[in-house]
Amino acid sequence: MAAADISRDLEPQRSYLLRVARLQLRDEALAEDVVQETLLAALSGTGFSGKSSLRTWLTGILKHKIVDAIRKKQREPTVASSFADIDSEMDIEDFDALFNERGGWDPKPGEWGASPEDALNQRQFLDVMDLCLEKLPPNTARVFMMREVMELETDEICKELTINANNLWVILYRARMALRLCLEQNWFARND
Amino acid sequence: MTDAPDPTPPARRPMTLKRVLGHIISCKDASRLMSQREDGRLSAWQRLVLRLHLSVCAACSRFERQMAFLRTAMQRYRQ
Repeated sequence: MAAADISRDLEPQRSYLLRVARLQLRDEALAEDVVQETLLAALSGTGFSGKSSLRTWLTGILKHKIVDAIRKKQREPTVASSFADIDSEMDIEDFDALFNERGGWDPKPGEWGASPEDALNQRQFLDVMDLCLEKLPPNTARVFMMREVMELETDEICKELTINANNLWVILYRARMALRLCLEQNWFARND
Repeated sequence: MTDAPDPTPPARRPMTLKRVLGHIISCKDASRLMSQREDGRLSAWQRLVLRLHLSVCAACSRFERQMAFLRTAMQRYRQ
């Protein structure tokens, strides 16, 4: 693919990359920076083979830039506190409210219809998904995006964020429970 | 002195196989195992109790499908 073609195709990807970076870094200026760097790297590089989608390729570059940014951020003592707040997001008991005293569902997960996957082709569904991700507590969203969008392995995430494996699974559990509930309340329950 | 007749035992729900299997782990435990499974391998015991629980619990089976959907949705988010 010629450089001119790539630069024309990159612009529409910018807002997506920015959204992903913002959710993970929670820092507007830093998010802008890593996206800039990603786009520059994409323009200067010849790594795009056309085998994967442009977005997948860009996400791969962004992943490294975000990890670098987090590493750099942790070396700065002034911002180290940003991730220290994570303790307040570690309380797994929050979700006990969804279960009765014997550990049974209360209420039970709702029916999402025969083919919930159909929703994935609808623009409005993706908007609801964005809202649900933004509603997650900041560190929870960040960790969830690292795992599910950046596809980092759990030990890589633990290493980058200096949290232990148990903390990590609690955060991921919370993220999944909260997203499930949010999607149910804001999409599936309304589209029955 | 004669023994008093046994008081009638309180009504109990029959201990069906379904109830036994469903109570080895609770839905809460099952939901935690299903999340953990997304990020790594469960132990043989965890896989067994989860499978037994899912075989009798419609709500958790539903939750399992929803977790699979969530993963697909996040993959789509990436594309």
